[in-house]
Amino acid sequence: MTVTENEARPASGAAPEPVAHGGVRLTGVTKVFGRGAGATTALQDVDLDVRPGEFVTIVGASGCGKSTLLSLVAGLEQVTTGTLEVGGRVALMFQEATLLPWLTAAQNVALALKLRGVARAERTPQAHALLERVRLGAYADKRPHELSGGMRQRVALARVLAQDASVVCMDEPLGALDAMTRDHMHDEIERVAGEAGLTVLFVTHNVREAVRLGDRAVLMGSSPGRVVHTEHIDLPRPRRMEDPEVARRAGSLTAALREDVARHVG
Amino acid sequence: MSADERPAGTGPSGALATAIGAASGPGPIAPLTGAESGRSRALTQVWAGTWPKVGAVVAFVAIWQAVVLSGWRPEFVLPAPLTVAQTLGDLVREPEFWQAIGTTLRRALVGFAFAIAIGTVVGIAVSRFRPVRAAIGSLITGLQTMPSIVWFPLAILLFGLNEQAITFVVILGAAPSIANGIISGIDHVPPAFTRLGTVLGAGSVDLYRHFVIPAALPSYVAGLNQGWAFAWRSLLAGELLVIIEGKPSLGSRLSFAQDFNNAPELIAYMVVILVLGMLADTVFSSQSRRMRRRRGLAVD
Repeated sequence: MTVTENEARPASGAAPEPVAHGGVRLTGVTKVFGRGAGATTALQDVDLDVRPGEFVTIVGASGCGKSTLLSLVAGLEQVTTGTLEVGGRVALMFQEATLLPWLTAAQNVALALKLRGVARAERTPQAHALLERVRLGAYADKRPHELSGGMRQRVALARVLAQDASVVCMDEPLGALDAMTRDHMHDEIERVAGEAGLTVLFVTHNVREAVRLGDRAVLMGSSPGRVVHTEHIDLPRPRRMEDPEVARRAGSLTAALREDVARHVG
Repeated sequence: MSADERPAGTGPSGALATAIGAASGPGPIAPLTGAESGRSRALTQVWAGTWPKVGAVVAFVAIWQAVVLSGWRPEFVLPAPLTVAQTLGDLVREPEFWQAIGTTLRRALVGFAFAIAIGTVVGIAVSRFRPVRAAIGSLITGLQTMPSIVWFPLAILLFGLNEQAITFVVILGAAPSIANGIISGIDHVPPAFTRLGTVLGAGSVDLYRHFVIPAALPSYVAGLNQGWAFAWRSLLAGELLVIIEGKPSLGSRLSFAQDFNNAPELIAYMVVILVLGMLADTVFSSQSRRMRRRRGLAVD
């Protein structure tokens, strides 16, 4: 993958030791789209150090560069200046499950295995085992249109596991789901990521979701996109969206977010 | 007349009876066993799809018979349906009839196979390389609108009155539709699929094989279907113009029937040509429906 280019690339002076396996480190990362007068700065001078196995949620209003940040980490875009180090393979999960409609659930997972170079004979049993891990073993032979939105995202989650990545970027993966399904998916993502020891970068515009899931919530401000606040969330797990403490922490984050929006709109 | 109308009359009421039988038999609460209800539902569906067709054929034959009875044209020019049916019954016992069908189908398949190969390669090239699209993209659509019979004078000059001339025109008739099918299919592949391919680490070959081509398949099959229709038209036009001695084909039989003022045989061959065309279309559309159903797309 493209990301390997960035793997363990030495940061300019600041961080002497290479990033650990599963870690992600951005040092002074700036991303500019376009050139000359039409250029827009999507991200400015972003520093972020994610340790292996950490669950980092990234919140911010639209246009704050959240998705750009993920694209950089996933290797879909290159940084303009600064350094980005990623310890290992990166998988990406989108808002839409993007399952291929001509394949069954198991075949969708098996395709990721194939493209990773897993031998033919091992693909089918492995794909079924991965679907078991997201509790969809019974639906292996169903096609995407026969599954609910939540089930489709679980297949996408199994496909992420199939990529054998150490870092997973999730770009509002639950944005299109109803509240009940979303709550259930929170548990699933938390459990699966925990079991696999995955590092997760989870983008959302829902502050409460960020508090519910994250070990750390990174608040991003817009124009240009940058980190305005980082909140360590030391609440015990399992958490629920409706926990009073989750609501309280979300409230203080929302206040910080509102302040940033007001500064730009007002 | 009344005998002809009976099947059409029983059609709708027959379907109604089947539908009532399926719905009222076990009552609304106790469901039918899976296999049983599946079979009766399938039968109801088949019948629901069949009786309008049967009705249309019956109506057409009835009108035909009425025109014949009106004496608008003498019977040796416009024969009655029954005469044509009898002629067809005689024809199927002649080996030449089957030879003619064999020759025509073989030509169609050979020409169509070449058209698939050429259309597919050209289509992929156009969708893949911008200069190729700029150069021949609109030409393909232009060729598609050109009646293929226009090519025959040139084909006969180039190849003579022989098989190659026919194959050449069949290919020219079918290939543009096939190319256009694959071009529009590839153009409309959702960007999310190609992005997914990149994220999963697919190289350009794997990207085409596992993401682009399967996503473009429904449009490609539609192009094949249309290509086949054009191939079939071009072929029959060609067989009327390019008659090769000692090689009976549907077109040459049609031409001879006209030469000998044999109207019943002429119409019998036309029926055969229509039925063969419809059979091919059934194959394509059933494939296309199966594919759409598997992908959860609307059928019909």
